[in-house]
Amino acid sequence: MTATTSPLVSIRNLEVAFQAGAKTVHALNGVNLEVGRGEAVALIGESGSGKSVTLRALMRLHPPRRTRIRGEMVVDGRDVLAMNASELAAMRGPVVSMVFQEPLLALDPVYTVGRQIEEMVRRHTGKSAAEARARALSLFERVRIPSPERRLQAYPHEMSGGMRQRAMIALALSCNPKVLLADEPTTALDATVQIQILLLLRELQRELGLAIVFVTHDIGAAAEIADRVAVMYGGRIVEQGSMADLLRAPRHPYTQALLKGRAHGAMQKGQRLETIPGSPPDLAALPPGCSFAPRCSLAEAQCLAKVPDIVPVAAGHEVRCVRVA
Amino acid sequence: MNAVIDAVRVTHEDVGGPAQPLLSVRGLIKHFPLKRDPLSRGRGGNAVRAVDGVDFDVKKGETLGVVGESGCGKSTTARLVMQLIKQDQGELVFDGMAVGSRALALREFRRQTQMVFQDSYSSLNPRMTIEDSVAFGPLVHGSAKRDAIAVARGLLGRVGLDAQRFAGRYPHELSGGQRQRVNIARALALHPRLVILDEAVSALDKSVEAQVLNLLLDLKDDFGLTYMFISHDLNVVRYISDRVMVMYLGEVVELGPVDQVFDAPRHPYTQALLRSMPSMEPGQRTESAPLSGDPPNPIDPPSGCRFHTRCALARAACAAEAPAMTQQDGHAVRCLIHQPDSGYAASGALT
Repeated sequence: MTATTSPLVSIRNLEVAFQAGAKTVHALNGVNLEVGRGEAVALIGESGSGKSVTLRALMRLHPPRRTRIRGEMVVDGRDVLAMNASELAAMRGPVVSMVFQEPLLALDPVYTVGRQIEEMVRRHTGKSAAEARARALSLFERVRIPSPERRLQAYPHEMSGGMRQRAMIALALSCNPKVLLADEPTTALDATVQIQILLLLRELQRELGLAIVFVTHDIGAAAEIADRVAVMYGGRIVEQGSMADLLRAPRHPYTQALLKGRAHGAMQKGQRLETIPGSPPDLAALPPGCSFAPRCSLAEAQCLAKVPDIVPVAAGHEVRCVRVA
Repeated sequence: MNAVIDAVRVTHEDVGGPAQPLLSVRGLIKHFPLKRDPLSRGRGGNAVRAVDGVDFDVKKGETLGVVGESGCGKSTTARLVMQLIKQDQGELVFDGMAVGSRALALREFRRQTQMVFQDSYSSLNPRMTIEDSVAFGPLVHGSAKRDAIAVARGLLGRVGLDAQRFAGRYPHELSGGQRQRVNIARALALHPRLVILDEAVSALDKSVEAQVLNLLLDLKDDFGLTYMFISHDLNVVRYISDRVMVMYLGEVVELGPVDQVFDAPRHPYTQALLRSMPSMEPGQRTESAPLSGDPPNPIDPPSGCRFHTRCALARAACAAEAPAMTQQDGHAVRCLIHQPDSGYAASGALT
């Protein structure tokens, strides 16, 4: 985060609620996040913590009729919530693009991957078919797909998992986006392939000056890629700071419990694992105050009184907990 | 509550004493034939060679971890051990008795071996209350209804689901962690000796995963269980296992005590797999990928050593000669480098 230039992505007090029958699911309850140019930020948390909802909200992918969005989202100086349909279409791809967890579902099965990239290039840049083909080929080389000419002719089901994820990244990069949103892009991959994709994303971030928002529940993957990390719980960011600060000195009880179980040597043979009792909160019936309080061993009466503010504890390190305030 | 479980507990006699392996698997082969249509452009073999000559023992009271990438045959091995699918070749010996023989009929074997699957939702019948699901096994195996329900309620309590509150619920009314507890209770209802956990904690959130791992360790002590623990999460395997088996493309490539395999891996594949684990140290990030590419297709596995196409140490001999398992101090490895009479040392570079 630099003070002099405005951040590339700025999210303020973002609230997202879904109408599910008679219930209202409060998926995000005031998220504040800034991402600078060329910065890699990881959002980590358990299922239902709001990581993916934040990413999708940033591209306005949620079904508009059932979704209520409040707050402010500015990407590259433009207000995302004020955009109409054609402005949104112009933003998706050239400014912000997204890589999903399961490329087999995200890619179109009836077109070759080459054709899908060409379509995107032509739709957004108005290039000729030949130029678009050349662009697709250079993208495949960029993401290091072996024998790229041949692979452009392949259908998604003909590729292996790691290759498909590379093709998905090539598609996402086809219009030179400024921000790449990656929603658990390595979760479905094997360990030896996961590290290849993480290294590729890091290289792209460095060489193309790409900002990356990386959503994961795997702290190890986050540590490999992110400069900064935000920990989410119950639709709020409960702690954010540099990866090194969070791993060395986590301050929120939830982050502490989450990291304690995973750090090197934490899983000692023969010893019981330290656990967080209970299960993540029901977003349709959030407790008042701190949403972690019902599971927190350090909870006091004041935790339930009101939602704690997020306060800085060190440069670039903020925590949402009454005990540090 | 434990008295209830003990009362209905079916004791399975330990036949061969503690030194005899609980399960011996020898020469296990399973090929899934491919449907061939004459117009398909595919080439190579005509079967997926999912499990291709697997030998291992599970010792009494141990936890055997099984690791490997997708398509390496770990789940197929588990299903073969459970006899959910029939092997093409090979033999399973359970505590000295051949499975399916007159000494140990399949039905009797299945009382003693149970499995917990990854997807906690699809492995429960959505139309049965969880109490009925857990009681179903004992009922099928001849318990009276009242006894089966008593066992089910006792076990639900034991896995941390208060029977008063939970017994009458349906699977969709539970969280993922709670459902996996139900599956564990169900697996224990017949008092098995061997429990196969096939990615049983992989779909759970980290905080819930730790709770279930603690539960599994407690149950192992209480019920004297032996586990076969299949997972792709190397940290968890290291934590829970006594010995670990590494699989690659349908073969066992390394098998040994967990600390030896993790601290001094012998097979180049195991070494690369361990180095692929994220470092958890932002100052010391992984700089280059230990392996390139994806695992090859098990329809048409590479010649010789199946790993030679991705191995940094491969020589010409590796493409020609299939390595055998070599044992040293209870730590076995399938690699020509460790095979004294192999042509590896004299071999030239791989072309």
